Amino acid sequence: MAANPEYMAEIKTIEFNLNGNPMEAYEGETILQAAKRNGIDIPHLCFKEGLRGDGNCRACVVEIEGERVLQPSCMRMPSAGMVVHTDNERVLHSQRMVLELLQSDVTESSYSRDSELDFWSKRLAVGKPRFEARHNPTADLSHPAIAVNLDACIQCTRCVRACREEQNNDVIGYANRGSHSLIVFDIADPMGDSSCVGCGECVQACPTGALMPSKEVGLLEPDRKVESACPYCGVGCLLTFNVKEEKIIFVEGRDGPANKSRLCVKGRYGFDYIHNDRRLTTPLIRNTDAPKVTNIEELTEADVKKMFREATWEEALDFAAKGLRDIRDEKGGNALAGFGSAKGSNEEAYLFQKLVRTGFKTNNVDHCTRLCHASSVVALLEGLGSGAVSNQVAEVEDAEVIVIIGSNPTVNHPVAATFIKNASREGKTLIIMDPRRTEIARHADHVLQFKPDTDVAMLNAIMHSIIKQGLVDEDFIKERTEGYKELAAHLEDFAPEVMEKICGVPAETLHEVARVYASSKASIIFWGMGVSQHVHGTDNARCLISLALMTGQIGKPGSGLHPLRGQNNVQGASDVGLIPMVYPDYQRVDNPNAQARFEKLWDAKLDPVPGLTVVEIMEQITQDNITGMYVEGENPAMSDPNLNHARHALASLQHLVVQDIFMTETALFADVILPASAFPEKDGTFTNTDRRVQMGRKAVNPPGIAKQDWWIIQEMANRLGCGWNYTGPHDIFAEMRLGMDSIKGMSWDRLEQEHSVTYPCSDSEDPGQGIIFIDDFPTDSGRAQFVPAPFTNADELPDTEYPLVLITGRQLEHWHTGAMTRKASMLDAIEPVPVASINPSDLAKLSLDNGSTIRLSSRRGTIQCFARIDDGLAEGQVFMPFCYHEAAANLLTTDALDPYAKIPEFKFCAIKLEAGEQH
Amino acid sequence: MDKPVLRKRNKMRGEQRGRHVTQTAQEQIRDLLGSETPRRDLLIEYLHLIQDEFGHIAADHITALAAEMQLATTEIYEVATFYHHFDVIREGDDAPPELTVRVCDSITCEMYGANELVAKLEGIVGDDVRVQRVPCVGRCEQAPVAVVGMNPIHQATEKQVMQEVNANNSKAELPNCIDFTSYQESEGYATLKKIVTGDIDNESVISTLEDSNLRGLGGAGFPAGRKWRIVRDQEAPRIMAVNIDEGEPGTFKDRYYLERDPHRFFEGMLIAAHVVGTDSIYIYLRDEYAGIRESMESELTKLKANPPCELPHIELRRGAGAYICGEESAMIESIEGKRGMPRLRPPFVAQVGVFGRPTLEHNMETLYWIREIIEKGGEWFTSHGRNGRKGLRSFSVSGRVKKPGVHLAPAGITIKELIEEYCDGMADGHEFYGYFPGGASGGILPASMGDIPLDFDTLNEYGCFIGSAAIIVFSDADNARDVAKNAMSFFEHESCGKCTPCRVGTSKAVKLMSKAEWNQPLMNELSKTMMDASICGLGQAASNPMNSVLKYFPDELK
Repeated sequence: MAANPEYMAEIKTIEFNLNGNPMEAYEGETILQAAKRNGIDIPHLCFKEGLRGDGNCRACVVEIEGERVLQPSCMRMPSAGMVVHTDNERVLHSQRMVLELLQSDVTESSYSRDSELDFWSKRLAVGKPRFEARHNPTADLSHPAIAVNLDACIQCTRCVRACREEQNNDVIGYANRGSHSLIVFDIADPMGDSSCVGCGECVQACPTGALMPSKEVGLLEPDRKVESACPYCGVGCLLTFNVKEEKIIFVEGRDGPANKSRLCVKGRYGFDYIHNDRRLTTPLIRNTDAPKVTNIEELTEADVKKMFREATWEEALDFAAKGLRDIRDEKGGNALAGFGSAKGSNEEAYLFQKLVRTGFKTNNVDHCTRLCHASSVVALLEGLGSGAVSNQVAEVEDAEVIVIIGSNPTVNHPVAATFIKNASREGKTLIIMDPRRTEIARHADHVLQFKPDTDVAMLNAIMHSIIKQGLVDEDFIKERTEGYKELAAHLEDFAPEVMEKICGVPAETLHEVARVYASSKASIIFWGMGVSQHVHGTDNARCLISLALMTGQIGKPGSGLHPLRGQNNVQGASDVGLIPMVYPDYQRVDNPNAQARFEKLWDAKLDPVPGLTVVEIMEQITQDNITGMYVEGENPAMSDPNLNHARHALASLQHLVVQDIFMTETALFADVILPASAFPEKDGTFTNTDRRVQMGRKAVNPPGIAKQDWWIIQEMANRLGCGWNYTGPHDIFAEMRLGMDSIKGMSWDRLEQEHSVTYPCSDSEDPGQGIIFIDDFPTDSGRAQFVPAPFTNADELPDTEYPLVLITGRQLEHWHTGAMTRKASMLDAIEPVPVASINPSDLAKLSLDNGSTIRLSSRRGTIQCFARIDDGLAEGQVFMPFCYHEAAANLLTTDALDPYAKIPEFKFCAIKLEAGEQH
Repeated sequence: MDKPVLRKRNKMRGEQRGRHVTQTAQEQIRDLLGSETPRRDLLIEYLHLIQDEFGHIAADHITALAAEMQLATTEIYEVATFYHHFDVIREGDDAPPELTVRVCDSITCEMYGANELVAKLEGIVGDDVRVQRVPCVGRCEQAPVAVVGMNPIHQATEKQVMQEVNANNSKAELPNCIDFTSYQESEGYATLKKIVTGDIDNESVISTLEDSNLRGLGGAGFPAGRKWRIVRDQEAPRIMAVNIDEGEPGTFKDRYYLERDPHRFFEGMLIAAHVVGTDSIYIYLRDEYAGIRESMESELTKLKANPPCELPHIELRRGAGAYICGEESAMIESIEGKRGMPRLRPPFVAQVGVFGRPTLEHNMETLYWIREIIEKGGEWFTSHGRNGRKGLRSFSVSGRVKKPGVHLAPAGITIKELIEEYCDGMADGHEFYGYFPGGASGGILPASMGDIPLDFDTLNEYGCFIGSAAIIVFSDADNARDVAKNAMSFFEHESCGKCTPCRVGTSKAVKLMSKAEWNQPLMNELSKTMMDASICGLGQAASNPMNSVLKYFPDELK
């Protein structure tokens, strides 16, 4: 981090003496750190910056005058006048002896190119160890991504601290005693069978190679390192791609503001999908004799091969554009639609929506935000005037109370979850509200396992209690909000004693949580799709907003509202206008001023009518009102609800252009497929859940003749008459800044230098505002608006025929529709087959057990998969990730929509469970 | 190398990662834990409940207990496998037989034929009984000692042991101590009451302690009065922890006093709690003293039922077979339900101890003397002494003497005087050859150095210390190399495994000492680092016996 001179001046210094010379230490610095800063290296092994010091290896011992024995410099702070020796004979003797003792026990074979033990041994000229070696344990190669070779272990416990204190995954232990001490996973289980989540933090922490990436990757020397970001979820971890012979060989966490060098299994081990041999490498055009079929599960690779022929870029682009142009010219722009991507860069998303608006001449442009947080954004815009998070995840440090509702962050936002778990470990109050008891509940103080679909009842009851307990923030309500009276009147009917029967949470708990949340100095709420993906998703979010407003828990450090964004750039794609009703920066298309601003910037006539949303577009295709589509980096044939319906719609399109890196389920319906570039193959900016705009950098070239997405979009645009001439992402970004005040202060060069800058950012001096709504809300009145929410039920309730509830979502190893992760070898090895999680008693009723084949059916479809016992689910609930093409959960889901946000109800539909065909 | 572990589970069937709780284990654990919300600090107590009930701790129990306690399974596994009195059984392991015979093989017992006893027993006990070598069980004056279940056998022979095994006598015998009523009848708790009511003020109690120069009798010898002042000045709430994890080979004085007069200790403890102002007390008793545990529990119950004054919160905690928990910070970790791994200092226990609170930690015996010192005055205590030293010491004497046992003798007495005046001389047929002046860790001295006053500070210049005043006398029938190696093996067995010099050092030292020819320069190099760079006293002192042989018994190395 860059030194800030003003800040440094405030730090107290301590004068001490090191090796006969006066030295200054900053307050809080250890002897080791102060010495290092002054150019004196003391050997150390168990110490690693970022981990709690443990002082166990004793390689860093020094002599402090006046003390009987040597002291670990990694633990001791200098005091005024202390006289320390790091290099006298006594000290060097013990430092060397410690290294020799450790060397005598580790194997001579090497697992790592940079063993810290070897480094220091060489530095201190420790020769061949003179002691007999211990008996070493055997290798544990049970994990697909991590090799465990404890014959290189020096028992420094850096892995234990990384696993337990940094990531809080609590898998690694230090078992037995004395010379039998051993690093173990769970109950000394093979790592691959243990509860290990594969985050690899232990590998990053290990100083000797005892824990390394599998297949001896640690012995390869990368040709180059590229500083970039993670392509998966919205947390926005920064990382380094290590490239050798034009392939990524491994990934390391980088000290980014959102991840502090941490990564999860996807970020660290999910990179080789880009080298998968199923990558699209050349443009493809559908053979004229290949009909579009909807039974895509039954297609073999050979079938698919026969459906398309290879084409040149020129031919493919001409063909792709002509199909769209003809429809536009014949039926008008509204017969076209475009789905952009939340996985692409800001520049790509910006170009895509500009293409639809100026080239297609319609606002029918949307992306998967519709399926994720549309309802949250609608409620936030309505209540607060802005759809973005009010505070960043890192602010859990400043919070006293952390509420997580409808989110399974250890799976979906694993690295953000580590900071939340850290906060819990530090004694902050963690409250979990979720129908499913997930891993993070173990760290919680209060777990409210409410009945699915009853969010509004529960949240209104909590607000009712806050009012009755006299814990509302009257000043805040008076000065900053509107509509409180109506809300208070509405809440009268929601007494916890009445609501407990509906939501299943005891009134006593509701009162207690109300008290804890309202009376804390700073409370922050995180939520996920469990809140948003309901027909009452907007109402759910309205409750959370009201909760924060009535208690004044917003607009200050550690206090606010944070809908956790699911995809690496879903925030950015929305920010740059990849949604049908707004231009970049959420400027409404039906606002004449906004329209004028963008007509000028883009030199084009714009349609003032808001476009259609994802599911509405599918519906209009069915009704033949939309006949041509351009889908860039999205997979509606997997991600949309009621897939049979969606797939029929896609099949009925007159002209479908798909731009992607793989032959996705959606591509199977395409007339033309344009091979694009994956994340590590491009430069661009990406905006994480915290509103941090971060730089992704190209590490390798796309395969074959696949092209950069921005280039393809521009080629398409120019064939639709746009006349663009961008030379690269920096060029596009420069134009974006002209239309987006939020990022005015960020230049491409600044992002190149700082890697990550938060918006709003008004000028080049502005560090970016992590907290918003401090003084006012960006509404017309400057005040926030309370919106009362009535309690309503899900669209399709269980009945005797379909007695169970299906909840869909994601799992740790597989991301979104699985297009990338299921082609990442290590992730696929960890979770290779479709599974549905079920309460054991539901299985027992059918005499089934863990691993049994089961059949799940709804009124809309049937799938077959394996059962996995999950005690965290209540009886009658089934959870299924939607990443498995061979058992697509969305064949079962309903396409009932929230009336305000048009988000489908992915989190609730009625199904039945039967035994599957047992193999 | 053996074959590496490759994937075992059939992931293709979609099984979940990690373990999940079985219903049977969950019910068993809930039955044992009762209805109260489980406490993290009671983990070791819970593990005892499981071990006592099932004779072992199964992997399923650990998984279920983890779920009940909202802990990670590995947190429980690492605690359970740290303490040697827990038998953790994973799938495929054999559960241990119902009955275990533990044979002490530490220094004195080995001198008295423990190895032969083990060999004989292993040949005759059969499959239903496990014979286990264990470190010092605190009964060195009765060597060799075998413990059938909880039932200790003095001067054990294989015949006696088999008798008890066959009769299934596995319960500890209750000591015949001065109980609550008798203690009160002899003015017991009168002094405490005077202090609580203010008849004797706190300041004068501390001054009396200072006058007596009473020092910590666990081995470190820190002046008790000064400790009270330091802790009293720390911010409340303050906590007291009493160390009865008597495990230093050769030491059995705490057991001796507790078998006889536990209330004298309780009274001292309560006086300390009152004067220093600690509102809770944790008494940490080694698991081997099962009889004492039972009697202390019942005496504490009587005390609580009829308290002489308002009592602080008192908990009796049970160790689980780990010598290191006698180290004050390791004991605190253990009281908190964790592995007994010493903490780095600073901060000192007096400032940051149990649950992060300022803690007054005392060895049992230090507290045992408080009542008498207050009643008789500090001068009474200092009126004893010999060879220029002052005070009384409880010497645990074992080995080749006629009358081993706890001998209360003047501080500063020499070993020769002690043997002659208190032990009725050497055992028949044995000639005095050498002695451990302070248990296994206090070093070894030859008979020729038998005129050194035995007290704190007097032995330092010889590379030795008196520690807990455990004297092991050996004779011309023994040799220093063997007893030193026994001591080093003990430290290897008991090292907690945290720091390199001790974890690896003790292990390498045993290997070096097992060689016919000792590599003396390498031993000296190793010892220097163990003494200088280990975290706690265990590692720092572990090489003392080895050094003593190098220094004082050169003839044995030729």
